[in-house]
Amino acid sequence: MTTDLSENAGEPRETPPAAGQAVAAVDPRLLVREEGFAGYWSEFRRKLRSGELGSLPVVVGLIVIGLVFQVQDSAFLGAENLSNLFVTAAGTGLIAVGIVFVLVLGEIDLSVGSVSGLAAAVLAVLNVHHGVPEWLALLLALLTGALAGALHGFFFARIGVPAFVVTLAGLLGWNGLMLQVLGANGTVNLDDSGLVAALTNHYFTDIAAAYGLATLAVAAFFLASWRDSRRREAAGVPSRPLSELVLRTAALAVPAYVVAWLFNQYKGLPLAVVIFLGVVVASDFVLRRTSYGRKVFALGGSVEAARRAGIDVAAVRISVFALSGATAALGGMFLASQINAANQSSGAGSLLMNAIAAAVIGGTSLFGGRGSAWSALLGVLVIQSIASGMALLGIASAVQYMITGAVLLAAVVIDSLSRRTQKTAGRA
Amino acid sequence: MSATPVLALRGISKRFGAVQALTDVELEIRPGEVVALVGDNGAGKSTLVKTIAGVAPADDGVIEWEGRPVTVDRPHTAQELGIATVYQDLALCDNLDVVGNLFLGRELRRAGVLDEVEMERRSRELLATLSIRIPSVRIPIASLSGGQRQTVAIARSLLGEPKVVILDEPTAALGVEQTAQVLDLVERLRERGLGVILVSHNMADVRAVADRVAVLRLGRNNGTFDVRTTTQEQIVSAITGATDNAVTRRARRAADRTEAAEAAGAAEAEGGGA
Ligand SMILES: Nc1ncnc2c1ncn2[C@@H]1O[C@H](COP(=O)(O)OP(=O)(O)OP(=O)(O)O)[C@@H](O)[C@H]1O
Ligand SMILES: [Mg+2]
Repeated sequence: MTTDLSENAGEPRETPPAAGQAVAAVDPRLLVREEGFAGYWSEFRRKLRSGELGSLPVVVGLIVIGLVFQVQDSAFLGAENLSNLFVTAAGTGLIAVGIVFVLVLGEIDLSVGSVSGLAAAVLAVLNVHHGVPEWLALLLALLTGALAGALHGFFFARIGVPAFVVTLAGLLGWNGLMLQVLGANGTVNLDDSGLVAALTNHYFTDIAAAYGLATLAVAAFFLASWRDSRRREAAGVPSRPLSELVLRTAALAVPAYVVAWLFNQYKGLPLAVVIFLGVVVASDFVLRRTSYGRKVFALGGSVEAARRAGIDVAAVRISVFALSGATAALGGMFLASQINAANQSSGAGSLLMNAIAAAVIGGTSLFGGRGSAWSALLGVLVIQSIASGMALLGIASAVQYMITGAVLLAAVVIDSLSRRTQKTAGRA
Repeated sequence: MSATPVLALRGISKRFGAVQALTDVELEIRPGEVVALVGDNGAGKSTLVKTIAGVAPADDGVIEWEGRPVTVDRPHTAQELGIATVYQDLALCDNLDVVGNLFLGRELRRAGVLDEVEMERRSRELLATLSIRIPSVRIPIASLSGGQRQTVAIARSLLGEPKVVILDEPTAALGVEQTAQVLDLVERLRERGLGVILVSHNMADVRAVADRVAVLRLGRNNGTFDVRTTTQEQIVSAITGATDNAVTRRARRAADRTEAAEAAGAAEAEGGGA
């Protein structure tokens, strides 16, 4: 159809003389990027001015935090501290991945802390009190989380109760259920050599593991972007030049190998990090490369437009909340693994706020429609770095809360300001 | 003109709270026919469009598709049947780029993964045929001008293989050249045997491309006219519900007022009974 239309476009018509040139695809006012590094720099400055900050503030923040604590205590950037920091971050980080989905949808899930605690309790009680094998108990715990999330989604999507209220009810309700499940004793200790214990205690000690994973990631990234670029060239749509691909790959390779080296300086590649990174990469893939992810973003942009495009709004909403419940449960497994038990304070305290803060600090917008799974990783590293640095310096948790609160506020301010500048620059 | 209508509306009624937006509306569209739907502001044109598109299903009445009655209770069903709609309020996602919006709800996939390259290639091709200059198909819709957005919305409706295309004021925000392109496009759609419903306030546009003109007035049919045998004055008076003379216009207004009052009274009685 399109070809016969374009043939007509060339023919003379009783329209103003401007018609002939109107087919030119590129607007002459479009500021074309210069070639080479000068081009990157001016593009970068343009993006900065128009508020498309992406993950820049958080990367800068991480570097600043790292330097500040390193000056105070030289152990901060040491292999042991950083390795532990990554492992401790995994639990909250996994919960934050689910939060990213919910935030992109333009909603909020306040129940993730309680759901993670409930899942840990279900796991512990099934395994320890009822003799269910650990792997099965783990699956059932994840299922519990997904069901709890789906229930929130149902009330939100089908009944129309605001997500804020439904998940607030969940926050209380699931916490109560967890206490009930744990029973009078309040603490159930897990097998300290079992599957769940391994989640945060297992390390791949062979140095080939960490370097291998880094190499795999870098190679896969380069090959995927190179193939994409070749296909784009073949199809005649704009593509990235090879020099840019190499530059981006290098930007990934440097931190990947540094972190791999660090892990090998201590106990090796932690299993927790492998799983966390795996979930982040998979979520990023789902959000950016599948039509399901496109639907989630569409709902975050305009619910009505999405509905008119034939998207089953309720189904997407319910599934996103179910996913958030499942990742909360998975995070709960890691947190239980760290203390080798499920107890009454599982999923309580600052966990919920840390998970939401991580997603926002990492660059996912609270206003919906913008975000990335990687923000869960970057954000949780910021939060965990602060916690770990403070613990190292022996600063009281009172101060720690205040500083984390200030960082969250800063992140939300950046989010709001960038949204405002994006509006004036016509990008949101 | 004797062919069975691809789309026929029988006795469509729609109410919003205390407003009876549509009352017993009838409309037929045959393949290869352009039907203009005209009427004053608030006459119920967009509401009718939304009932056909499944966005706001009718309370009463039957929609017939190719001769058999169908239930269009959500946008997806309308799309499945082959009804493509350009809404007056465009219904685009500001945060998605042009390609994302064009293919929203029917993304091209390659081994289960979004085929961005093919979608981008087709988007550029399609937009080029509509003679629109867009800085890049990869910028968010938010950064486009009103007319550019409208063209994206029109392009969007052409992507599936529709049998009926509904355009709700498609040229309202367009420049001279783009309007000409859209009118050309409507003619090409007719040549390809599609049925087109064109909602417009521009009589010149309507007379240029439409075969028939259906007039809506205060949510009711107020005549269907063959464009070739009707003068513009006749259509305009059907729209305003008056001949061109101030005295009859005043008389008609008074009549309308009592009619409206009666209708409101009836609606209230009905609401109380339900
Ligand atoms: N969602 C709604 N809720 C309540 N009333 C509505 C709604 N949508 C439309 N209406 C009412 O229905 C009537 C018809 O509106 P509609 O949008 O169909 O008019 P229109 O013919 O498209 O007008 P225009 O030419 O201005 O676009 C109006 O009186 C309007 O107030
Ligand atoms: Mg309208």
